[in-house]
Amino acid sequence: MKSWLTTTDHKRIGLLYFWTAFGFFLVGGLEALIIRAQLARPDGGLGVSAETFNQLFTMHGTTMVFLALMPLSAAFFNFIIPLQIGARDVAFPRLNAFSYWVFLLGGLFLNASFIAGPLFGADRLSVAPDAGWFGYANLTSRQFSPGPNVDFWLLGLQILGIASLAAGFNFIVTILNMRAPGMRMLRLPPFTWMTLITQFLVITAFPVITVALVLLMFDRFFGTHFFVPQGGGDPILWQHLFWMFGHPEVYILILPAMGIISEVLPTFSKKPLFGYTVVVYSGVVIAFLGWSVWSHHMFSTGLGPIADSVFAGTTMLIAIPTGVKIFNWIGTLWGGQIRFTTSLLFAVGFIAMFIIGGLSGVSHAAAPSDLQQTDTYYVVAHIHYVLFGGTILGLFAGMYYWWPKMTGRMLSEPLGKVHFWLTMIGMNLAFFPMHFSGLLGMPRRIYTYSSDLGVTGFNLASTIGAFLIGLATLVFFWSLLRTRWQPMTAPSNPWGGATLEWAIPSPPPVYNFTVIPTVESRMPLWHTERHAPMPALPERPPAPIHVPGGSWWPMITAIGLPILAIAAISRTLPLVFVGAAVVIVGIYRWAYEPFEM
Amino acid sequence: MGLDSRKMAFWAFIGSECLLFGSLISTYLVYKGRSLTGPFPHEILNIPFTSFSTFDLLMSSLAMVLALAAVQRGDMKQGKLWLLVTALLGLVFLGGQFWEFSHFVHEGLGLTTNLFGSTFYVLTGTHGAHVTVGVIWLLTLWVQALRGKLGPANAMTVEITGLYWHFVDVVWIVIFTVVYLIQ
Repeated sequence: MKSWLTTTDHKRIGLLYFWTAFGFFLVGGLEALIIRAQLARPDGGLGVSAETFNQLFTMHGTTMVFLALMPLSAAFFNFIIPLQIGARDVAFPRLNAFSYWVFLLGGLFLNASFIAGPLFGADRLSVAPDAGWFGYANLTSRQFSPGPNVDFWLLGLQILGIASLAAGFNFIVTILNMRAPGMRMLRLPPFTWMTLITQFLVITAFPVITVALVLLMFDRFFGTHFFVPQGGGDPILWQHLFWMFGHPEVYILILPAMGIISEVLPTFSKKPLFGYTVVVYSGVVIAFLGWSVWSHHMFSTGLGPIADSVFAGTTMLIAIPTGVKIFNWIGTLWGGQIRFTTSLLFAVGFIAMFIIGGLSGVSHAAAPSDLQQTDTYYVVAHIHYVLFGGTILGLFAGMYYWWPKMTGRMLSEPLGKVHFWLTMIGMNLAFFPMHFSGLLGMPRRIYTYSSDLGVTGFNLASTIGAFLIGLATLVFFWSLLRTRWQPMTAPSNPWGGATLEWAIPSPPPVYNFTVIPTVESRMPLWHTERHAPMPALPERPPAPIHVPGGSWWPMITAIGLPILAIAAISRTLPLVFVGAAVVIVGIYRWAYEPFEM
Repeated sequence: MGLDSRKMAFWAFIGSECLLFGSLISTYLVYKGRSLTGPFPHEILNIPFTSFSTFDLLMSSLAMVLALAAVQRGDMKQGKLWLLVTALLGLVFLGGQFWEFSHFVHEGLGLTTNLFGSTFYVLTGTHGAHVTVGVIWLLTLWVQALRGKLGPANAMTVEITGLYWHFVDVVWIVIFTVVYLIQ
């Protein structure tokens, strides 16, 4: 127990990230199922009140984006990246532990709002955030949202931002600085490359939402008027700041999944990734363009024809590097010796579903058609095709691919195929009809609809699909759990992968590599035209290897942050000093404790 | 590899901070001239006084350079002196900001008075918080040096402190230009 609380081992932190994020994924999924059960019939199938419904869709979006998808990617960053680049750990192991604890505590703080009502004298149990995952002004102002709901949201997201930023700096340095000899930049595995690009987006996008949240905090706590029109403030400024973060965030969510399938497809086609350098540069171009398109979320605010045209143009440009990647993935499969493992099925599913999501994306890049689609279920369909059909299918591909490496145990292939087909049928049944209900005029974020709207059948189909996804996820959960009772018999390279993580035992020993390997090609374990496979590493380390010990201080420092948030939300000045003292003492002890790398 | 890991992380951090201050400065510029009531910037900003504060902060950067050079060549006597001078110049700047804020409040510009007040206090206050962290950091190094625990072997630590300090200084130059000089 203590060894898990103080761990600085990137593999253990990866597993902690995985299970925590998977737990939040189940919570977010449960919220989605309640939403869908409510919308199964016109006029409210479940009798959920408007207030509860607002909380459910807000927490569903916030949880899935910040507590499930990002940290599930982070689980793979943590576990896999040091192995792929031939390192013994990340550059800053304690900072890595700090990121995890801040993420966990931030997630718990946010979700504590579901039961915190009585503490704030509310007449209901739940005071969860209820202004939508993008928290538009002035829904969030004290005037229209007097309770603590939005405070939980803005404080929770600030805490989570700290976790992401710390991890961002850590992984940039790890990838650039901890590479094994010979691992030149253009020999990095594609997943590592996409992670590097993602982290640059994280460290540039998160400060912007931090500022937006701080300004909102001043409005709500100290009475400023940054987003309050009565005092001259402009609610549209919130939208600019939010989407300047929010659009890079979309690529923060999708690039890691793109990296995962760029590993899975070559392995199961027995072919190198087609056009490796083009895939890498397309990722870089996507990240750059991702910074120049934020206003396409705001066409309906009336930006004027010039801004509309520019942002429509830059948005459509993104389809080019994305399309390039899709052709590269198909080119990788083309003529390969394909093995239809569950992991490959999910990767192929990613390509197909992401194309659908990408095409609907282009359709609202065009400003005139976007005006028709804004705030309808058509947008809900789009976001779920890219984030579920894209990110989650990619993450599932990664889970089946790397689970043996992470735990030493193989996941069941038959159960995996059940999981895959249930997921595919479920998601298409759930999300495809939303295109139609949206174009027929069904607004998003309403808790009831009239049968006169003509969307009853589509909604029933969406609900059935959502519950199929729920069933599929339970199958997967069971499949994960049952591996715990299996012996650790996974071979070191069960799939015949080409990258360094497959050169060491499953699960890897605490020091990862007995000897730091020297890399001579992009696919060190494969026989290529110019390179023989890397010689096997010795089974035992020839010399003793120093492994950094654990530390309490990252966790203790992290605990100070939710204390500060609780102090703010409960307006308790003494608690501010307690929280600040915990953070300051934690940082000093951290800085001056002996910790040999 | 070539660049020290901590230094590289710090450069990434500074890149991230640029976006933080960039967002705050943009907010200030967007709301420029949109206050519904006074006091307005030209009625209240005291350019000669703030020029002195700016000069003070620039000199602190010079002291920081001298501190790093002294630590790198192992001259800890000079190193201690210049670390302390840097921290004290930082404190003078903070004192100036404290005086400026209380003077403005006295003149009727509070945090919530108008958009100018809100954007001004949040922007310069965030910068002041960064200076405060820097002063605490410098004093920590100075105490370490007094206890004989800071030497040429820790020159990288001092160099990173310097990076932070110079960055905070550069941000102030931008704020001084945007907020005070270009009204």
